[in-house]
Amino acid sequence: MLEIERVTVMLRGVTVVSGVTARVESGGWLGVIGPNGAGKSTLARAVLGLVAYRGHVRIAGREYALADRRARARAVAYVPQRPVLPRSMSVTDYVLLGRWAHHSYLGAETARDRRVAAAVLERLQLGQFGGRPLGELSGGEAQRAVLARALVQEAPVLVMDEPTTSLDLGHSQLVLELADELRREKGLCVLCAIHDLTLAAQYSERLLVLSQGEAAETGSPADVLTEANVRRFFGAEVHVLPGLSGPVVSPVRRRGTLPMGRTYHGPAPVAVESEVRAQ
Amino acid sequence: MTLAVASEVGKGKVPGLFDIDGTAGLPGPAPALVPTRLRAVHVGAGLAFLLGAAIASLLIGPADLAPGAVLGEIASKLPILHVHSSLSATGAVIIWQLRMPRLVLGALVGAMLAVAGASYQGVFSNPLADPYLLGVASGAGLGATIAIVDRSDLGHLPVDPLPLAAFAGAVLAVAATFALGRSRGTERSPASLVLAGVAVAAFFTAVQTFLQQQHTPSLAVVYSWILGGLSTAGWGQVELVLPYVGAAVVVLVACRRLLDLLNVGDEEATSLGLRAERARLVIIVAATLGTAAAVAVSGLIGFVGIIVPHTIRLIAGPSYRRIIPLSLLFGAGFLVLADVLARTVLSPEEIPLGVVTAFLGAPFFLVVLRQARRLG
Repeated sequence: MLEIERVTVMLRGVTVVSGVTARVESGGWLGVIGPNGAGKSTLARAVLGLVAYRGHVRIAGREYALADRRARARAVAYVPQRPVLPRSMSVTDYVLLGRWAHHSYLGAETARDRRVAAAVLERLQLGQFGGRPLGELSGGEAQRAVLARALVQEAPVLVMDEPTTSLDLGHSQLVLELADELRREKGLCVLCAIHDLTLAAQYSERLLVLSQGEAAETGSPADVLTEANVRRFFGAEVHVLPGLSGPVVSPVRRRGTLPMGRTYHGPAPVAVESEVRAQ
Repeated sequence: MTLAVASEVGKGKVPGLFDIDGTAGLPGPAPALVPTRLRAVHVGAGLAFLLGAAIASLLIGPADLAPGAVLGEIASKLPILHVHSSLSATGAVIIWQLRMPRLVLGALVGAMLAVAGASYQGVFSNPLADPYLLGVASGAGLGATIAIVDRSDLGHLPVDPLPLAAFAGAVLAVAATFALGRSRGTERSPASLVLAGVAVAAFFTAVQTFLQQQHTPSLAVVYSWILGGLSTAGWGQVELVLPYVGAAVVVLVACRRLLDLLNVGDEEATSLGLRAERARLVIIVAATLGTAAAVAVSGLIGFVGIIVPHTIRLIAGPSYRRIIPLSLLFGAGFLVLADVLARTVLSPEEIPLGVVTAFLGAPFFLVVLRQARRLG
């Protein structure tokens, strides 16, 4: 279970995340949505202990000091938005980096580390790619390698920051589907910051809307993703359609709805200000 | 690609997510996983190269000693063989007081420069980083120049002040680099350290050039030191550098896996459990102190720290688990071999060792690079 309690993050004197409280049960999936610069990534980084924060982050009831990196790496795993993929490193070596917090500080990986990595690679259908350099993988394969590295950490919490950014729809779906299956199967807590509102609605059990660093709304996808809320937080005109496994958010062409002779500037006041905050 | 629908919704099984002791429900036996390991064939080649270079270094020299007698002399000192040496007393002195310390010092300096170069390249994620990156060379150069131009005043000292002055200068320059790199903004990045290194190097070089111009009679001595060499090698210098080089090499070899981890950047390495900044600092300090000690006794020998690790990278792949230990062996062998050439090509004159390493290393590196491209 992941508990986030009144977490506040200041970056260079600017409050980027402000008093956010949330909770993810084992086997639960919390989608974090919000416009650019709302603090989604920063909240994710606070849970990972990559930024200093006030408030509490508890994993299975335990709090981790920022300096206690190895214990935290066994508790939270990370799928970054823009992972660094050393081109010539093999998939096997890359995935085994995820085991580093499990074996000795300077030592080699143990037989168990290798078996866990082999099981995860097989599970993510990367078995045949083990010896391949990362630079030769397609975008979808690379993203699965990143997910594999996170899963071999065997952490009860998985934090994903925009895991689908650079993927086409099919690969986005595959990555989310794999994470979804594993959290059901293994009881993972998933915290997933994600832009695509429809994907967020399909996979999240609960959604948290961040706006200017604050938790503005929280609830089930059907409750949160209303046309009014999307207009309010994203400045977007959408139709929300009831889907089989959650609401489908469909943008509406809005050219005709704007007053004649005026250019639409989007949700400028909010977005501009919060992008400055994210610096 | 099929995705089975999970039948069990999370039951709170938390630790050992993929504890595959029969519970993970895998479709078949897990495939063999082959992580990058140091390969025996690479280590064997490195040892053979170093041994060959060492034998060449002991056999070749201006004094015409018979190869059989030299090897017999060496064997006679080994406890288990019970060989009697046929070498004359003078020959024995040449071997044990001239060629052997020169060989050992060359191997230590070569190993240090190559391992430090590889470590810098890993820590700074920069393939062109070399052991002199943070101002070691200019600091040592200034220290050595001061010692040379003031030799008359320091002549009464019991030990040669030159290596000590060079070491002090090198450490001072790197300390200045760290202080400046740190004060530039709140966030210390590898890039700001490198920039500070450039500034410090320029400053120290300026002071050194000024001193040189003021003392033109010692210009030749200063230049011959800067170009590097082992012609004055003795056991005293080996004793001087061994603690530093030994400790630095042990630390860097131990940290080879951390360098692989740092490959994915500080943020991700941190999320994987490494205190990245601290690991980086330990590696930089070890590489720099070892390099400063090596430079203090050998002068500035260039290219070893770039050519050796890159050649190994092309042959053995990108993992530092291989690059660091192999740099140790091949760096030692390379410098010993270069020194053999330095003292034989124009015998009895010696060429500066730094000239040989560049002359030998650069074309060799280009050949390896072309070869690797063709294969890749």
